[in-house]
Amino acid sequence: MTENPRTLYEKIWDAHVVERRDDGTSILYIDRHLVHEVTSPQAFEALRLAGRKVRRPDLTLAVPDHNLPTTARRDDAGNRIPIEDPASAQQLAALEKNAPEFGIRYIGDADLQQGIVHVVGPEQGFSIPGATIVCGDSHTACHGGLGALAFGIGTSEVEHVLATQTLQLKRSKTMEVRVDGELAPGVTAKDVILHVIGVTGTAGGTGYVVEYRGKVFEDMSIESRLTVCNMAIEGGARAGLIAPDEKTFAFIKGRPMAPKGEDWDKALAWWKTLPTDEGAKFDKSVVIDAADIEPTVTWGTSPEDTIGITGMVPDPASFADPAKQAAAKASLEYMGLQPGTPMNEIEVENIFIGSCTNSRIEDLRAAAAVLKGRKIAPNIKWAIVVPGSGLVKMHAEEEGLDKIFTDAGLEWREPGCSACLGMNPDKVPAGERCASTSNRNFVGRQGPGARTHLVSPAMAAAAAVTGRLTDVRELGVLAEEPA
Amino acid sequence: MQKIDHIEGRAIPFGAKNVDTDVIIPARWLKTITREGLGQGAFETVRAKEGNVFDDPRNAGAPILIAGDNFGCGSSREHAAWALLDMGVTAVIAPSFSDIFSGNAFKNGILTVALPQEQVDRLMEVAETDEISIDLENQTVTTPFQDRFTFEIDPFRRHCLLNGLDEIGLTLERKDAISAYEAKSADALSFLSGQQVAVPGAA
Repeated sequence: MTENPRTLYEKIWDAHVVERRDDGTSILYIDRHLVHEVTSPQAFEALRLAGRKVRRPDLTLAVPDHNLPTTARRDDAGNRIPIEDPASAQQLAALEKNAPEFGIRYIGDADLQQGIVHVVGPEQGFSIPGATIVCGDSHTACHGGLGALAFGIGTSEVEHVLATQTLQLKRSKTMEVRVDGELAPGVTAKDVILHVIGVTGTAGGTGYVVEYRGKVFEDMSIESRLTVCNMAIEGGARAGLIAPDEKTFAFIKGRPMAPKGEDWDKALAWWKTLPTDEGAKFDKSVVIDAADIEPTVTWGTSPEDTIGITGMVPDPASFADPAKQAAAKASLEYMGLQPGTPMNEIEVENIFIGSCTNSRIEDLRAAAAVLKGRKIAPNIKWAIVVPGSGLVKMHAEEEGLDKIFTDAGLEWREPGCSACLGMNPDKVPAGERCASTSNRNFVGRQGPGARTHLVSPAMAAAAAVTGRLTDVRELGVLAEEPA
Repeated sequence: MQKIDHIEGRAIPFGAKNVDTDVIIPARWLKTITREGLGQGAFETVRAKEGNVFDDPRNAGAPILIAGDNFGCGSSREHAAWALLDMGVTAVIAPSFSDIFSGNAFKNGILTVALPQEQVDRLMEVAETDEISIDLENQTVTTPFQDRFTFEIDPFRRHCLLNGLDEIGLTLERKDAISAYEAKSADALSFLSGQQVAVPGAA
């Protein structure tokens, strides 16, 4: 056993401490900073007012994603199709101006590499194991799937990182979520993380950084690991990590911005030292049996309101905590649901396949496997597939997935955050339901009055086919298990 | 940044648990490039219901908000803090706060006071009729009825709030240490710090 055994998080933290003050606050060095159009304008403006520069533009990457429309962005002649909403257009224009002004690399709205920041980072090799990665977006936790310490920050912190390439932070407590055993067929990374949040609650991880451990995560593909860590924040943890392994290294190698040559060898040697030492202690530990997880959906307006698809809408009175009872009652009222309704009888009118949680190629393949040769149900009013990046879109088209989606009656869109948060024109109408592969079922998240049920891509596809929340296992078309 | 010492006045007895930042300020209000004016979008979905605490005229301009567990969970949007400030709220009292929100609040000079649920319940009761007083120097919350609750706060944050210090300015004073770290890691962790590859094909 190692002397002073440390966790993965502690090793990455220790390697990035610039200095530690007596009160326990450290200045932590940041290796990678992703910037998008919504949480950065005020930060750049403040830098300008203070006459400050960006300390390390070479460690910063800007890409618009949140409020870009997912319809065509250029006409046939290659001219920009103006964004109708002037406020969205203004935010895009601000980023297009700020990035070059401060010397930051910028991926434009119509570039092949454009996409959701959390899809672009890993895809370009910008996000790598052992790095500290931040972005003004809480789903930055996503990059932890590569074994990086990645977390969301507010705009003042964006400004702080731009100006100093550091943050003032205190080390978080450590939490282990261990899932051992084998996942049943039809149970995906999304079901695992929804189930985990159902167990720990949305505040269970507050103050902690979570490491997902155990056979289930070891067996997962890198894309699945990104899905799991993406939703660490929905469990209250600012960051979630999974130890990097051979699969991680193979995923990173050769990507455009990944280390190369001598740097690669050096990186690999260091990355291999990162996994949690035997004997390292976690401040909190949650153990879950993979056999307990079935395809999972949400019934309420908090990501902790999860239940297996074979379950029923719970009775608020069944919760022990009075505050939870009140919250469940309000949730069911908003969702228009009655206690005791079987989950698989809930009709949906909208389908959204996309978001930083589930818009990578593996997600699209899983949805396409269910939709192949099928049509969406007559009661589905709106069904869209929004790939996570231009490159994901290109790969999907090379595989003919777009054809499967459009033949089934779904729309095939341009990359962006889209209906996950309804900042662009993609919204779910008030009072209507959406089976959504996104990450938040908050009140009004997908549009004022919209009712969201969080599901995996295969489950969203199954709901599209039947017009109601559906156990994908009943359709007898399980997607190939990811390698 | 504005110095904070005492915050005294009406407190909005909201009390809800797991209030996410989508509730504090819905996404449609995020399309701004300034920090001002977000108060009009604050708690929009809550305000859509009649008889809500935010539109109670007695609470107009109240400097304190009282909420339930896990206040500010969800999105990292600092607009939530800006919206509260624009409403005139400079302190939030709750049993617990999300990590990202409490950081955002601090950086905008909003004091987050964590108290046990039963004390929060008591303050909710008092807020229906009377004012509440927060003393950051002495770390206490008091009411006109002799209630006196003490709270914990990170000493560094307390120091910054009391003195109105700018965190970026403080960090920049340590720029030699940052340069020293960069020099050290340029060798050992060159793959992290020496990365200079352009995005192929991008403008």
